Amino acid sequence: MKTYKIHILSIIGVLALLTSCGNNNGKNSSNGALNSSAAEKMYVAPGEQDDYYAFMSGGYSGNLTVYGLPSGRMFKEIPVFSQFPTSGYGYSEETKPMLNTSHGFVPWDDSHHPDISQTNGELDGRWIFINGNNTPRIARISLSTFETEEIIEVPNSAGNHSSSFITENTEYVVAGTRFSVPIPQRDMAISDYKENFKGSLSFISVDPEHGHMDIKFQLLMPGFNYDLSHPGRGKSHGWFFFTTYNTEEAHTLQEVNSSQNDKDFIAAVNWKKIEEYVNNGGGTKMPANYAHNIYDESTHMATTTMKKEVLTVDPLKVPGAVYFLPTPKSPHGCDVDPSGEYIIGNGKLSADLTVHSFDNMIAAIEAEKFDGEAYGIPILKFEDVLAGTVKSGGLGPLHTEFDGKGNAYTTFFISSEVVKWKLGTWEVVDRKPTYYSVGHIMIPGGNSRKPFGGYAVALNKITKDRYLPVGPEMEHSAQIYDISGEKMELIYDFPTHGEPHYAAGCPAELLAPKAKKIYRLDENKHPYAINNPGEAKVVREGNNVHIYMSTIRSHFTPDNIEGIKVGDKVYFHVTNHEQDFDVPHGFAMIGQNTSELLIMPGQTKTSVWEPKQVGVWPFYCTDFCSALHQEMQGYVRVSPANSNIELSWSLGD
Amino acid sequence: MRTLVKFAFLFTVGILISCGGKEEKKEEGLKIGQKPKVEQKEDEPVSDEIPASQRITLDNKGVGKIKNLELPATIDDAMVERGAAIFKTNCTACHKIGKRFIGPSPSGIMERRSPEWIMNMILDPQLMVAEDRCAKDLLIEFNGAAMANQNMTEAQARDILEYFRTLK
Repeated sequence: MKTYKIHILSIIGVLALLTSCGNNNGKNSSNGALNSSAAEKMYVAPGEQDDYYAFMSGGYSGNLTVYGLPSGRMFKEIPVFSQFPTSGYGYSEETKPMLNTSHGFVPWDDSHHPDISQTNGELDGRWIFINGNNTPRIARISLSTFETEEIIEVPNSAGNHSSSFITENTEYVVAGTRFSVPIPQRDMAISDYKENFKGSLSFISVDPEHGHMDIKFQLLMPGFNYDLSHPGRGKSHGWFFFTTYNTEEAHTLQEVNSSQNDKDFIAAVNWKKIEEYVNNGGGTKMPANYAHNIYDESTHMATTTMKKEVLTVDPLKVPGAVYFLPTPKSPHGCDVDPSGEYIIGNGKLSADLTVHSFDNMIAAIEAEKFDGEAYGIPILKFEDVLAGTVKSGGLGPLHTEFDGKGNAYTTFFISSEVVKWKLGTWEVVDRKPTYYSVGHIMIPGGNSRKPFGGYAVALNKITKDRYLPVGPEMEHSAQIYDISGEKMELIYDFPTHGEPHYAAGCPAELLAPKAKKIYRLDENKHPYAINNPGEAKVVREGNNVHIYMSTIRSHFTPDNIEGIKVGDKVYFHVTNHEQDFDVPHGFAMIGQNTSELLIMPGQTKTSVWEPKQVGVWPFYCTDFCSALHQEMQGYVRVSPANSNIELSWSLGD
Repeated sequence: MRTLVKFAFLFTVGILISCGGKEEKKEEGLKIGQKPKVEQKEDEPVSDEIPASQRITLDNKGVGKIKNLELPATIDDAMVERGAAIFKTNCTACHKIGKRFIGPSPSGIMERRSPEWIMNMILDPQLMVAEDRCAKDLLIEFNGAAMANQNMTEAQARDILEYFRTLK
């Protein structure tokens, strides 16, 4: 076994050499018989760039990581729901409001399903959305600054899991609850769950210009668990599909009690119909309390607004808005093919995939062929809506993506494999093992009307022996498959950060040309920004001291400050006067009870320091900015609380 | 151990395959004892006795996209006003009027440097430091404090230049 591994290593070594010595740019090289080698397919030569961006959810890191495909190189970790000392996100005064909720400041979450904004069902690369699962929230991240710009809390939700999925023109980002709860929340016996708890499905509108989010309405559904969802597209645009489990409405030992029914449902929601109902004054306003946090790129500052009301809709009041499609074995993934015809429900306790037909569904609804109802919502007959079953022989199907060439790729958690099958014939074309226990799979654009194909990335839950051991906890492994041919080919393994659930990818040319390089100093509207070093000053307001400071390679203005006293609360407002790409400056003060700041060119950030000891205390730049970076420091003199020393500040005097 | 030998063998084979044909060609021109080639630069060395900040290099247009710039006889006040404001925001962290600071003072710069050199230095200091002798010497004279690229447009740099014309 060991010999075998070393052979592979040698071969890879040889291949690397082959590509490196040629008279080519590495990536486009051709070496005859070795043309199809895996190493060549994922190899991006030094100085070359990847073909695709891949955005991986961070899971319990609460963040979003950015990778390149096919190299598997990580470019950035974007802080979203978690404090991030590396940049000061959630620590700086400007970004603390991003993490406000109705429960107060929540410095962490569990991020699951990123989805890129769309126009006409195709990725448009304006924003990427992601859900916070634990304290229900949806975030919007700019795909020009690659920073979190907005977070909205979702009231009446718990375990915000069937989120955040985008309708075909980014009309809505949808957030469904996994756990049903009392709505409104109240003190009641848990055992009274059945018939009393509700599941909310929130349709959050997205402003087409600024992307600002607003909860348009919440559909209050029976107390099932709403697991995953995807929008209809093309002909099924206007519908949204949610898988459900625990239609048993169990409230304890769900591991057993939620798996009693042979079939649960896919809920088909005609959101266009509900939108029309709401626009005509339908729905009930309910008191609520949820945070809406917006980061303004020109003031470099986030603000929180507490919202006090949400519009709820009872599905029974909108005839024809919601139907249940029986789907076997606690379906998990809920995926819609690029044409919008097929809705795939992966029964996670099953060996088979259930594919429903949108046309069949509409025909059954029009013929009113119902098989009873659940809480007044009509149930369609399984046989009437079924398009076909994929008999794969795998176990534990979870998620499906598409390549735009009529193929679907489904992950199997229990049997650790990816199965490629044909839409329409349901024939299995290929299967390849994953290492190990794969969750989601991602093909760039693979959940849109126009998949880009090329590669599929399997996002695995278990790593075991794939990398050198580093103690009991390993980063999760991901695997890249080349899917350009009839058979899939595993070409690379790479570790990911946190626990990626879903991911989203798009071609590099969609984002790279518009990626922001600097913030323009003349557009900086931060109230404590200084336009030039001549405006640097220190202002005392009682015990609060505001230091208006600027930085450029390689000094702070001012760098000597006196007149600060024990008991003061000192705000360092630091403006980076650089206007050159990739020249941030850092700021850190000894003994500060917070993180550093990392300030981008043209940006202003604020850090608070409450000195507790008399002395002369240094601060410095944490980002190696130039040959004189080590000189980039300053001192603050801290005097006793009762001292008479006047405030003074200077640089080079 | 056997595996190690195999690995070494394959690695060697790899080198042989990968660098085959071309390597031979390279060797033809390689002779032991040959003196390393030294590139001769036309403009060096200028006398190092005068510090770069005091040198007069009016004939040197520097390196960059500004190749030729004729200044009109009269000074454009509107440009000066804009230039002074841009200079204040983007440059005063390091350059003070009439005083040596992180970098040299711009006072009297028009008597030492050509308009093209000034523009090129503002627009692409990194290229200038790499390829222009005077810019390189200035970097050394000023302690290795590399001039920041402030992403000025050509028009903005021209406004700054007009402002410099008013500084004596």
